[in-house]
This record gives sequence, C-alpha cells and structure tokens, in this order.
Amino acid sequence: MILAGTSTDRLDITAIRLQFPILSRMVKGRPLIYLDNAATTQKPQAVIDAISQYYCGYNANIHRGIHTLAEEATAAYEDSRTALQEFIGAASADEIIFTRGTTEGINLVAYTWGRANIIAGDEIIISEMEHHSNIVPWQILCKEKGAELKVIPVMDNGELSMPAYLDLLTTRTKLVAVTQVSNALGTVNPVKEIIRAAHRAGALVLIDGAQSAVHLDINVQDMDCDFFAFSGHKLYGPTGIGVLYGKKELLNHMPVFHGGGEMIKEVTFAYTTYNELPYKYEAGTPNIADAIALKSAIDFIKKHGRNQIRQHEAALLSYATEQLEAIPGLTIIGNAKEKASVISFIIKGLHPQDIGILLDNQGIAVRTGHHCTQPLMKRFGIPGTVRASFAVYNTTEEIDALVAGLRKAIKMLS
Amino acid sequence: MEKDIAAIEEAFIESFSFLDTWEEKYEYIIELGKKLPALDEQFKTEDKKIKGCQSTVWLVASYQDDKVFFKADSDAVIVKGLVSMLIEVLSGQAPDSILNARLEFIEKIGMHVHLAQTRSNGLRAMIAQMKDYARAFKIIHI
Repeated sequence: MILAGTSTDRLDITAIRLQFPILSRMVKGRPLIYLDNAATTQKPQAVIDAISQYYCGYNANIHRGIHTLAEEATAAYEDSRTALQEFIGAASADEIIFTRGTTEGINLVAYTWGRANIIAGDEIIISEMEHHSNIVPWQILCKEKGAELKVIPVMDNGELSMPAYLDLLTTRTKLVAVTQVSNALGTVNPVKEIIRAAHRAGALVLIDGAQSAVHLDINVQDMDCDFFAFSGHKLYGPTGIGVLYGKKELLNHMPVFHGGGEMIKEVTFAYTTYNELPYKYEAGTPNIADAIALKSAIDFIKKHGRNQIRQHEAALLSYATEQLEAIPGLTIIGNAKEKASVISFIIKGLHPQDIGILLDNQGIAVRTGHHCTQPLMKRFGIPGTVRASFAVYNTTEEIDALVAGLRKAIKMLS
Repeated sequence: MEKDIAAIEEAFIESFSFLDTWEEKYEYIIELGKKLPALDEQFKTEDKKIKGCQSTVWLVASYQDDKVFFKADSDAVIVKGLVSMLIEVLSGQAPDSILNARLEFIEKIGMHVHLAQTRSNGLRAMIAQMKDYARAFKIIHI
C-alpha cells in the first residue's frame, strides 16, 4: 500500500486541510466528506482572503484610473495574468485572456475563429467523452455553417480510439476540440499525439483543460495546442473566472467577440478600431477580484508542488479503486491506463441518484448523474454514474468512510 | 366518500412522526417506492416522461367520475417512493382539490430537500405536471 495514513512523505495533509475553512463544517450532523472535486474544488483561506482584501483595500476599476486604488488593482490583475502565463507555459501574457470559465473560452473560439473560418463542407472533430460545453458550441457552429461534426469513439475501457481518430482526420478537418482529462471517466488523453496528427492534417486544436489544469503539468508551448481553455474554480480558485489561451498570431487575426469598453481603441459612429491583445477579448469591467484571487490559488498549488499533489491524488485513486472494487456488484466505468483522480462507478440494480441521496445523508458529497456527458452515458448504456473525485485535501480515511457509506446505502436499497 | 387531501397528508405526517432517524425515514420511502406497482411498459413513452437531471419519472393521468387518477413510475427508488406519496395524496381527487393542494406534508416530513433540487429529480416538475393534468381535465369536462 502506497499510502497508509493521512500524509505522504512530503505533504502534510492535516496542515493542508486546516487551510480550507469549509472542511471543518458539518453536514447532516456529520463532518463533511467532500468528494465532488471534479465539479468544483474548495477554496483555501488565501483565496478567500485575496477576494476580501481587494474589496476592503483597493477596489477600483482597472486600466483607466489614474488614482492609487486603480493602479494597485490594475497591477494585481496583470500580475495574476503573468502568473497564469507562467502556470501554463504560454509564450506571452498577451495570450492569456480572462474569461468566465472553460465554457466561455470554448464559446469565444467558436463564435470568433469559428465564424470567420468555418465554411460549408468543413469538418470539426470532437470526442465521445466531451462534456456538453465542448459539444454544443461546435454543434451550433456546424449547423450555422453547414459543416460536419465528427466524433472520436470511446473504447470500453474509457480510452479514445486513436486509430479511429486518425481515420476521421481529412483535409476538410479544420478543428479538433478534445478534453485532456475526462470529467466522467478520469481518462487522461494523449493530447500531444492528437495535436501532432491534427497539425499534420492542417487542422487547429482546442484542448479543454477544465479537468486537467489542476492535475497535470500544463505547458501549452510544449503541447503545441492552438487554444487551451480552463476554469479557476476547479483549481482551488474562485468561480466565474477562467482563462482562454490562444496562440498570439491566431488571436491577433481573429474577429472580436463582445463589443464594449476595454476592447476598443477608438470609437466613432462610422467605425471602431480595436484594442490589442489580450484586451481585445476583455470587453467591459472584468471579474477583477476573482482574477486576482486566482493567482492565490496558483500560489497554493505551487507552494505544495504539483508533483507532490499529483502523487497524493494518485495514491488516493489507487486506494479507492482497490477498496471500491471489493464491493459486490460495483463496476468502475472508465479503466484507462492513464487516469486522473476521478472514479466513476455503478452498482448493479441500483440507481446512482438513490446512492447519492443516501451518501449525502451521511455527510458524503459525491456527484451522481450524467455529469453533463449524456452522449458518453449513452455509449455505456447507463443513466449515469456515482462519481468520487479527489483533491489534495482528501484522505484515505475519507475513502474508508465512502466505502462504509456505500455499503450502508446498498443495504438500505436492497 | 374519498378521504380528502388534508386527511391523507395528515396520515403521512403521523407515520413519519414515529420515524426517528434519517435511516428509518428513507427505509420507509424506499419501501413505498418498491411497493408502487411498476407502470406498464406501453406507458413508458417520451411524452409521459418528466425528465430530471438524474432520474426519470413517467406519469399517466386519467379522468373518471369527476376525479383525476394518476399512475407513475421512476427509475430511482427514492424518487418512486416520494412519487408514491404524491399519488396517494392526489390520485382520485377532484381537479379543484388537486389545483388547491399545497402539499405541506412534504416539508413537515422533512423531504423538502428533494423539492429544492429541481434539476436533479424533477419532484417539483412532477407536482406541476399533476396540476397541469388537473387543470386540463377541468377545462375539458367542467
């Protein structure tokens, strides 16, 4: 067994847990066990403080003011952009566009690059394991332009079929949009291989990093993706803030998205000239407080070390897999060789929702349902799964409680 | 003479007052869910579905002797138990009684948490659909 107690060699999980105020609360009279991290992670005190410090100390609109508060707010906001650039290995801070989250980032690309570049007869490739945010924008675009949406199939073990993907690539393929980590199966996709093949075929690639940014080392230059979208709230940061990365020369040539303040250079009633990157895509007053606090979330990850966090999560995943597989009737959906700390399962004869309700009554938060991946659930012929997903603050004791809670739920339902 | 809605609701509140723990309450609901006869497969069609984010409820309504009768089923047993109580309370009642029913027993037995989660189980949608049927029958027959 890799992990016996609550701490690894390097990480003091007890001390880390103390940084998360919510982890000390009770749910239904029991200590909260939060295993829904793929939906959103909890926030450390430093992130909560960063939001409060902005509003208490230097709340001002950015980029315009000449007063002290505006200068402080602008500096903190741009510092965060630089930190994010470094976090994902982008070549320039101009390539970091603040969005509301992954969904907005993907929509931005669909509505700007997509509308300008996709024509009838073109093809866009997605995969069967995409969540709805990486399906629907492309569906809308394809319908509008008369383009075709093609889907890389998922194999029984939860991995993408790479031969099928290579077969789908043609000279008509203009874009490949795939997730790096499946939110429903935990599968880690071979994105470098996917990107290389797409580029050889002359297509661009958008990587949905909603699940991967918190678990994997991200280097967009090494990966060579053209776009990368992720959300702050899944990596210990606030909700309502995320990032779209795009290669500078692409972003420079793409049409604008939202019109309004910040994205303009000069406005007359006859014409408008647009601001340069990244402001071209940041119309209106942005989510300043949360953008600033996102840097604190990244600092939290950096302080504890992505590698150490990953090791801890991998140990939790392997322990949970072992413990859950011992439960009669339980089947894990998604057994890819490379998995992030997401474990999805069904129990024979029982509905995931019933299990979720009975776990909640024991203070255990898991996700049940289709995880916004309805086509994927259809692929496996199930209404949904129960999903436990782990973060740095989770412990083997919590997994033991999950297993005990599950056994109790099964007994009550059988 | 049919029992009126308030009397049936009162009976449920009384039953639940004997159940002390959450386990007992849910075991009771699960039992109700299991006891509710499965809906004939021919009724499990798209137009009878009340879609939640997680589970599905099928609801069928008919009208006889000035009263509305409901049958339902769900793929999740706890939802089915809750649905079973709604049927017990509302089936066989006059359209106006159904439309006026406030169904306060749900809160009194501590199951209002399932009403709040409208997206996840559609219990609120189920009640709305039952009232819609009552309204429709009222318009057609009265």
